[in-house]
Amino acid sequence: MRTVIGSAALALALAPAFAQQSPFAEYQRMATESAPVELFELMGEEAWKKKQGPKNVSLEQCDLGQGPGVLKGAYAALPRYFQDTDRVMDLETRLLHCMTTLQGRSREEATKRVFGNADNPSEMEVLSAYISGHSHGMPLRPGTSHPKERAAYQLGQKLFFHRAGPWDFSCASCHGEEGKRIRMSELPVLYKPQHTRPLIATWPAYRVSTSQFKTLQWRMNDCYRQMRMPEPIFTSDATVALITFMTVTAEGVPYRGPAIKR
Amino acid sequence: MTMRRFLLLPVAVTLAACTTAPSIGERAKATPSDLEAVTAVLKRDFRARGQATMDRVELDPVQRLCNLHADNPPADVARPLEEAQLKAIPFPTGGLIGDWKNGEKIAQSGRGAMWSDKPGVQQGGSCYNCHQISPKETAFGTIGPSLAGYGKTRGNRPEIQRYVYGKIYNSKAYNACSQMPRLGHSKTLNEQQIKDLVGLLLDPASPVNQ
Repeated sequence: MRTVIGSAALALALAPAFAQQSPFAEYQRMATESAPVELFELMGEEAWKKKQGPKNVSLEQCDLGQGPGVLKGAYAALPRYFQDTDRVMDLETRLLHCMTTLQGRSREEATKRVFGNADNPSEMEVLSAYISGHSHGMPLRPGTSHPKERAAYQLGQKLFFHRAGPWDFSCASCHGEEGKRIRMSELPVLYKPQHTRPLIATWPAYRVSTSQFKTLQWRMNDCYRQMRMPEPIFTSDATVALITFMTVTAEGVPYRGPAIKR
Repeated sequence: MTMRRFLLLPVAVTLAACTTAPSIGERAKATPSDLEAVTAVLKRDFRARGQATMDRVELDPVQRLCNLHADNPPADVARPLEEAQLKAIPFPTGGLIGDWKNGEKIAQSGRGAMWSDKPGVQQGGSCYNCHQISPKETAFGTIGPSLAGYGKTRGNRPEIQRYVYGKIYNSKAYNACSQMPRLGHSKTLNEQQIKDLVGLLLDPASPVNQ
């Protein structure tokens, strides 16, 4: 486990530089100092090793792309193409695949409660915390060479700019221009590498404002909710494409999560 | 705006000739077949929830135009669409300045049209999400221009009232690819609510104009 003291000291040392960037940086820094993220990682380890489903096995033999059961660096190499399913998958999509195949659970049962709340995080959320923690410090290298990986990136890019719905919103309506805010929230431009890197490097994350641990699939879902659109289906190609688009845009950034956010 | 578009045009044409996919950090321009493909993906990968029904993924002519031109359409195609949107605004007769106090509440509320909102509940305009309006509200967004002192500098003669009402009812009547939702056109806000927002911006008694 990482030393909280070390990162706090680093944050303090960098504080003047951040303060110059944004009046909210100081708040962001203070909010991230007491980190309950490790608690979610521990819960995730339990969920990873828990025998369940019709086959009564754990997820420990789940292949996240680096071989069965290999956690180290797995998150940093996602999303990527998987030959056994012939599709590009992000972490949550792959976990769901392992739940339905390894454990023999139905998709319906495994996705009954994918987004938790402050009192009770979901299995998917704690697993995401546990697995992403094994990529801490590693550069993000999502798949970019397989034709389906390139197609996912391109679809994600098109979706990002696609305006639709009763309020004519696309992702770019909020995340398309520099130096903008919604209320007091600063908005990263999520198709520019310099803005996307620090964001993608810190998901999944514990959100101080809601006291919840949240994943990228949740983030896609909640953006479309606020865009007044219908609901993206959990782990659908559209959600994976958007996550692929943003992760490839952020490619190479050292992974700093699972992190704390506003 | 027009100038920049004009200068960028030859560059865009050259790029389109050698590649269809924009590189990282660039804004994508969609082709008609892109729009069809993305709409098909939305139909396959999204589902109706609450009041957010699947008909919401269908594009109207304004959305089509803006998607095809990366929000920067040539004036000769944008103008007829803006005119059609303007023509469809049902302007009420008489004064348009409603109750600014109620307008402030509507401007504050971000409720409405989401799958998590109860259908039939009074919807808000989410105005403060993007605009500075009353000096009393410091938690304002900056996607749209500041509206502080709006009526103080412009007055509130009938043409101004009409412009503000129309802009809130359907922002695309004045700027085809404005980022602002068409709050009347989308049936988010009703006539009285829009009048109350006009009051918030134009009533000399409104805190906006103090």
